[in-house]
Amino acid sequence: MTYREAVRSAIRKALGADPRVFLMGEDVGRYGGCYAVSKGLLAEFGPERIRDTPLSESAFTGMGIGAALAGKRPIVEIMTVNFSLLALDQILNNAATLLHMSGGQFNVPLVIRMATGGGRQLAAQHSHSLEGWYAHIPGIRVLTPATIEDAHGMLLAALQSPDPVLIFENALLYNMEGDLAADAGPVEIDQARVRRPGRDISVITYGMSLWKSLSAARNLAERGIEAEVVDLRTLRPLDDRTVMESISRTHRALIVDEGWRSGGISAEISARIMEQAFYDLDAPVQRLCGAEVPMPYAAHLEQASIPQTATIAAAVEGMVRSHG
Amino acid sequence: MMDSGHGDSAHRLELLRQMILIRRFEEKCAELYTQEKIRGFMHLYNGEEAVAVGVMQALRPEDAVVATYREHGHALARGMSAGSIMAEMFGKQEGCSRGRGGSMHLFDKTLRFFGGNAVVGGGLPIALGVALAAKMRNQPPITCCFFGDGAVAEGEFHECMNLAALWKLPVLFVCENNQYAMGTRLDFSHSVTDLAKKASAYGIAAIAVDGMDVLAVEEAAQAAAEAVRAGEGSRFVECRTYRFRAHSMYDPELYRDKAEVEEWKKRDPIPALIRRIEEGGSKVDLEGIEQQVAKQIDEAVAFAEAGTLEPVEDLTRFVYSEPAP
Repeated sequence: MTYREAVRSAIRKALGADPRVFLMGEDVGRYGGCYAVSKGLLAEFGPERIRDTPLSESAFTGMGIGAALAGKRPIVEIMTVNFSLLALDQILNNAATLLHMSGGQFNVPLVIRMATGGGRQLAAQHSHSLEGWYAHIPGIRVLTPATIEDAHGMLLAALQSPDPVLIFENALLYNMEGDLAADAGPVEIDQARVRRPGRDISVITYGMSLWKSLSAARNLAERGIEAEVVDLRTLRPLDDRTVMESISRTHRALIVDEGWRSGGISAEISARIMEQAFYDLDAPVQRLCGAEVPMPYAAHLEQASIPQTATIAAAVEGMVRSHG
Repeated sequence: MMDSGHGDSAHRLELLRQMILIRRFEEKCAELYTQEKIRGFMHLYNGEEAVAVGVMQALRPEDAVVATYREHGHALARGMSAGSIMAEMFGKQEGCSRGRGGSMHLFDKTLRFFGGNAVVGGGLPIALGVALAAKMRNQPPITCCFFGDGAVAEGEFHECMNLAALWKLPVLFVCENNQYAMGTRLDFSHSVTDLAKKASAYGIAAIAVDGMDVLAVEEAAQAAAEAVRAGEGSRFVECRTYRFRAHSMYDPELYRDKAEVEEWKKRDPIPALIRRIEEGGSKVDLEGIEQQVAKQIDEAVAFAEAGTLEPVEDLTRFVYSEPAP
């Protein structure tokens, strides 16, 4: 099954199991979802539960908040992370704050899904990786599933959360094939995972960059370098423990993130490593991030804007060969 | 205007009592603000009492209310205790939001009072969502959403008018048109100053009423709420009103003439209702009402004074839900 089908399978299961769940967003019904995630669900569940909205991101995201406050379990789909900025007021000022402002009275069990990431030549208004921004906000959870199992299981787990959860699906992953266990269910959403063990360096990453990092690690193994690859899975709350444990074994850390470097999630992770694992390090922490430009259209420029398998491998090799 | 059909004097006296409670409560708030017992932004409702009190008559306990940051009047008229509101403004954990919200963020789950929303227009989508949940369950409750003339200029307003009409959501929209978005007069903000027309343009039945006349507001709200309850979709009531005091406690009021304020004060909803009751042949025991209200406010202040501060160790509570005990 594809990543897309794994997400759809989770939505279908949730709709079948819980009458409070419904899906709402632009073109999720008749069109089948701009990335075809919800294809077929309108026919199966009807227009009450698969709701096509007008192009009103702020209104339908806020409606998700209101419906959640009133006991529903809405899934709001926003086409892409850039468009989510039209709903940022509702996400930050309402979803993330209502529980606190109300002194614990009103929780917001809302799930918001959106596509993220570059690599499809969609230029500077459809290609950014702003999940790190969202991870700045207390009161929400930020999930970045990279695997088929997580695409399915993290959504099911998010629907069990009493608080708002944002799920960032890297659009390049929708066609990725993989297996999903017949009895697959919710997975835990608070822990990072070591996807590949290795002794020489910890490559800390998430989303699409996970697969590039794993590919780089395979290439490096042929040259005698064993890179450990840590999939963060969740950017808020960050699982410091898994990261620090990995570094205590490898003594080097490279953070790979499609997002911009300045003030990004990579900076946060790097700071935490300094605070918690400084004396385990044999070399300075390094970061491989998105170039600090609005995403260009031209393929070669766009590719150069995002960490790639070759650049990850080169960064790892440079760190391992030149230090200690 | 004609008598509203809610002509019995006991009911009118209750409306009067509620308006006087709000007026005196907020006068006390202003006093306590100058004493620095209350801090932060505080927006007073003086002059607009007829809107909250009139509209609330049309709502039932199972209905929902989404209010603005100028919401002391809505909270009191909905039945929130003066003590829990005052304690909230004192920053005490006995406050309705445990001191986490303050004047602009009064919440009460048992009263289905969904805030206290301080981003102009930001409460409208929430109101639609609460209404959508009720509609999907085929439940009768309606959602009453208060907002000001300023919100009508926000994009969210227009998104929400469209969606509420498109999905026939059970929302009673109450536009409190007090003529100013903070310091900017209506005609400096809106190309079309007849705000009810904007709702009509989206296919929502809308009327404008004299927001200084509590009986007119009540009558309009009852009719609108009935239509919403009957499944006819959303209704829009524009209440034309005026705030007698500054926008907030920081506002030096450079943008309007004293004469204009004085002119509107002649239409003060409280004396207006007293006249109406007396013209109907009933007596108003104003002194009795004032004494009762004064006692209620004294008790609220005492409750707030006696309240306790939440321990700083609990600072990061209520960011995420806590497991049930």
